[in-house]
Amino acid sequence: MTSSTETSGTGTKRAEIKEQYKKFIGRKILFILFSLILIFIIAGISATLGSYPITVIEVYSILWHGVPKIVQNTAFIISHGFKEFFDTFFTTEEIVVWNLRLPRILMGILAGIGLAIAGTMMQGILRNPLASPFTLGISSGAGFGAALAIILGTGFVAGEYLVVGNAFIFALIPTFIILGLARYKRATPETMILGGIALFYIFSGLMALLMFFSEAEPAIEAYFWMIGSLGRASWDNLLPASIVLVGCVIPLMWKAWDINVMGAGDERAKSLGVNVERTRIFIMIIASLLTAGIICFTGCIGFIGLVAPHMCRMVIGGDNRFLIPAAGLFGGALLLGADTIARTIIPGVILPVGLVTYILGGTLFFYLLARRRREYW
Amino acid sequence: MVRLKVKDMEFNYASVHVLKDIRIELAASEMLSVIGPNGAGKSTLLRCIDRILSPQKGCILLDGQDIKKMSRMELAKKMGYIPQSATQVFPATVFDVVLMGRRPHIGWRSGEEDTEKVLETLQMLNIEDLSMRDINELSGGQQQKVFIACALTQEPDVLLLDEPTSNLDIRHQLEVMDIIKNIVREKKISAIMAIHDLNLAARYADRIIMMNSGKIFSVGDPVSVLTPDNIKKVYGVEAEVIDKRGRPHIVPIRAVSKK
Repeated sequence: MTSSTETSGTGTKRAEIKEQYKKFIGRKILFILFSLILIFIIAGISATLGSYPITVIEVYSILWHGVPKIVQNTAFIISHGFKEFFDTFFTTEEIVVWNLRLPRILMGILAGIGLAIAGTMMQGILRNPLASPFTLGISSGAGFGAALAIILGTGFVAGEYLVVGNAFIFALIPTFIILGLARYKRATPETMILGGIALFYIFSGLMALLMFFSEAEPAIEAYFWMIGSLGRASWDNLLPASIVLVGCVIPLMWKAWDINVMGAGDERAKSLGVNVERTRIFIMIIASLLTAGIICFTGCIGFIGLVAPHMCRMVIGGDNRFLIPAAGLFGGALLLGADTIARTIIPGVILPVGLVTYILGGTLFFYLLARRRREYW
Repeated sequence: MVRLKVKDMEFNYASVHVLKDIRIELAASEMLSVIGPNGAGKSTLLRCIDRILSPQKGCILLDGQDIKKMSRMELAKKMGYIPQSATQVFPATVFDVVLMGRRPHIGWRSGEEDTEKVLETLQMLNIEDLSMRDINELSGGQQQKVFIACALTQEPDVLLLDEPTSNLDIRHQLEVMDIIKNIVREKKISAIMAIHDLNLAARYADRIIMMNSGKIFSVGDPVSVLTPDNIKKVYGVEAEVIDKRGRPHIVPIRAVSKK
């Protein structure tokens, strides 16, 4: 039996906490919106930058007037493909904007979103801050597949998709090996991480073997394929990439709550009704598909998948329901920004974006780490 | 009325017998303490009951239903489990950790009702001031309270606690035990608690199960289980048992051989 003053005292305390919690969530939503706006801003700036001389106003005019042109000629695009359409209907300036810069910008956004989300998921299910989309050995698998295609010319899909097809399929081989291991030895975070490390060494070694016996040029090409670049972006591969992105992100969001719960330990998660091993395997597969589906087009752009979730966690905390979209959008902005720097920092030279993400990104993250005020891990 | 029934349960781990011939009956609103030396199988027992481990033999009935036939979610709505040690938790606010307890009841969105339930349990455990703090910043005792709150938010019929007071100072120990006792009585929850402290067990439990080497050595009310003879046989400790307000109070004297 509580007196009326006690009850009202409790009432205000409760209301206070409710307010705080609502503000807490409000901040997260604000951050997500901010990241979205950031993407638009960086995209807008990036479209105007490049070695081909086009003024800012011209760029926006080209973008604005290009849309109706595309809409009117959709039939032509479907029958003749994008390249022919652009060559027939667009001027050189318009082609530069629409067929060179724009696909690159869009791919940067997609890849950034995908890699960041895959990284968030991996960190969540493995309960490990060092996890990234490449923790299961995916990058070395893809690198080996690409090297096979570039150096030996052998692969699963002939023609222009030789490298892409190889990279995709070989990227998934480590995942399936770890799946097998998990079935046999239980799907614990330790099994997966250690398995991933072992496979990383194996596939890296195999790739190095190929490069050792290869001619200089294909070897260099294979190496820089690994570093990651948005230079291969085109309207043709934007479509499959976006399908992969949407197809993987939706099931991942659906499991966001379960990943939260798994963060409290496998035992607690089980007692809260989560089928821990099955969920871990499910998410591992989806995150791997997502990663493979992106890096087969771009190469293994490192660092975004590791760091975007961390940076967002520093601001909005670890609730995956908000962290997944936040890290995704922030990762998109990050990668887009990195690519913009990569193609403009040295006039006339287009560096592979992987160089920028590794060097500048690593430095930035180290700085944040050194300056952080509280342990958020 | 029996709420939980464990029949002939056996659990082996890599061909080592951990639990054998386990038979338990638990009524509603009853607090059962499981005591025994290290390695007696107390934690394993709790884990088997909540299906975190799968016993090789035996069946567990909750309100007449075989829990093996229930889905994990269904079981989570009825049984809450608080494991022993505080494993490193991914960064999360106290509020969000307690909210996890609602997971068996909600699909994806948490609603107004869930927030209310969280606030209620936060108040019950006196940790409202900690709501927005990161759980990893708290002391062991505070973390323990948060996890108890999380389990309570599940609104279970049965609560399983593995050494809930191990990391707590004497004040927090009494606080937590009082809270659990109140909840058991007021919400008609049944509780099984594995506990090291014999005196806390004696003071709060309705019945005690004394385990030894994976088997149940003695079961009954505190006075009949906590006898100097039993304590000597199971713990290898010579002790004096004093009556304190109708409950036994154990004063250990020295370690002896178990004969």
